[in-house]
Amino acid sequence: MVEVNKEEKEIILKFTLQGLDFETAGEASGKIKRVLQQLGVGSDVIRRIAISAYEGEMNVIIHAVRGVMQAVISPVCTSITLDDEGPGIGDIELAMREGYSTAPDYVREMGFGAGMGLPNMMRCTDKFEIQSKLGVGTKIRMIIFH
Amino acid sequence: MNEYFHSVRLIADRCKGCVICAKRCPMEAIRIRGGKAQITESRCIDCGECIRRCPNHAKTVVTDDLKNLADYRFNIALPAPTLYAQFGITTRIDEILFGLTQLGFDKVFEVARGAEIVSLAIKDYLKRPGIKRPVISSACPAVVRLIQIKFPELIDYLVPIDAPVEVAARVMRAKASREQNLNPEDIGIWFITPCPAKMTSVKQPLGSEKSNITGAIGISRIYGELFKLLQGGLTADTRRHSSWIGVNWAVAGGESSAVGMENMNRLVVHGIHSVSDVLEQIALGRLNGIDYVETLACAGGCIGGPLTVQNRFVAEYNLQQRARKMQQEDIAIGRKPLQEYKESELGVNERRAIEPRPIMRLDEDICKAMYKVEVMEKMLQQLPGLDCGSCGSPTCKALAEDIAQGVASETDCVFKLRERVRDLAQEMKALAEKMPPSLDKDSS
Repeated sequence: MVEVNKEEKEIILKFTLQGLDFETAGEASGKIKRVLQQLGVGSDVIRRIAISAYEGEMNVIIHAVRGVMQAVISPVCTSITLDDEGPGIGDIELAMREGYSTAPDYVREMGFGAGMGLPNMMRCTDKFEIQSKLGVGTKIRMIIFH
Repeated sequence: MNEYFHSVRLIADRCKGCVICAKRCPMEAIRIRGGKAQITESRCIDCGECIRRCPNHAKTVVTDDLKNLADYRFNIALPAPTLYAQFGITTRIDEILFGLTQLGFDKVFEVARGAEIVSLAIKDYLKRPGIKRPVISSACPAVVRLIQIKFPELIDYLVPIDAPVEVAARVMRAKASREQNLNPEDIGIWFITPCPAKMTSVKQPLGSEKSNITGAIGISRIYGELFKLLQGGLTADTRRHSSWIGVNWAVAGGESSAVGMENMNRLVVHGIHSVSDVLEQIALGRLNGIDYVETLACAGGCIGGPLTVQNRFVAEYNLQQRARKMQQEDIAIGRKPLQEYKESELGVNERRAIEPRPIMRLDEDICKAMYKVEVMEKMLQQLPGLDCGSCGSPTCKALAEDIAQGVASETDCVFKLRERVRDLAQEMKALAEKMPPSLDKDSS
């Protein structure tokens, strides 16, 4: 879903994500990337946004039951929020470590869940916030300046 | 920016305005306007997909011709290894090379030889520390242009070495001007090409200021004459110089095996739509364990080029047989493939950065672009999503973009038009049923 906030000059893209729906995986971040290209945002910036959005999207699909990803694109920055209902993360510090993953084997066999998602997201973004509650879900907020 | 040269053109008389080319174009560069296909030049990457698909043969390629040879004092033919694949194994390479000299060329130099030089150079490049991986092959100019437009963030991953034909041309221009005592400008160097993308590169070089190639002649353009000559049987000997290693470059996978990638993590991707999909994955950082990606716009590799004559599977078989025989022959006489090359052959000093060409943006001004995105998204929700192409745009998404850009209107969509006509008809019917009170006998 796309909205444009006329006062603030921003584009809001909102996607609902379903856990374990690998068929549509990547579509939401692909859409964000296309809009950024249409806006003429610099290619390196687009790449960082696309990677963080993709990793975020995949995290919800792999780990959560369902979630919502929202991208707010303004002329100066893009902010992406992910809000999921799922198992949550017990030890965020541990989850942020490269290579640490709780993804089950079948997910890893598909080439996902290598434990690089969160570190990649943090590396690609200018601001990164994560909150999680066990048994409830995880919220991530990322900002990338153009 | 200079006007962009394209080799792919339209023969308007033959075009029926069907949407087949528009729908197959990987760049959505074609629209049907005024009953004819129209190519948006800034988007076209000269991959030749439209040439291949057009049932009316309305797409053509501007290439040079044998009569252009008259403008130069000394002419050299650079046959792509794909040319050898057009003939069965009973036609020897030296016969093909001699045949070219009979068509009017003074000298022949195999592009396969250039490919061997480039293979060695890529091998060295891959050993360099700190290069971005996966390294993406830059031999196919259509792929390089695709990256410039759609994946500019991957430009740094491209092999920074000229394509084999450019290297072959550089070597020959220097050699011929020395041996023939001629000004380099008096020498015509002609690439016998399987594709339009390489024709474009002559006029619009990638990664260098000016190409060393004078022009390109499509394989299909000279095939008939060459075929006739070879039927007659040629006895003269024009020795081949290249080994099977260079010749194999014509087939998908040949480049990476020439570079010696058998034991490394390599991926061979061919067909422009597949290449685009894989580049998308690379851009997302999903191919991190891969060292090298060989990318070719044509299915099957250069043997699948739109300017070839032979069925691509027959061509692949021809080439496989040929390469195997060459390998056996060379081993028998103790001839080895090229072992070393000179830096000067690569023209490192002439190289310049490959620039991004971000033509996807809807407007220079980001605020205006945002407005256009809004219009486009709203429009897209209202369009039927059948992607029928009747409006002249390849997909509903493309029509929505065209409407946002002000170059198309909602009623170009036949379904939208029908809706409007139906609404209008209902309104007219309702109006027709209304009677002025003086005549309306039912109401009292």
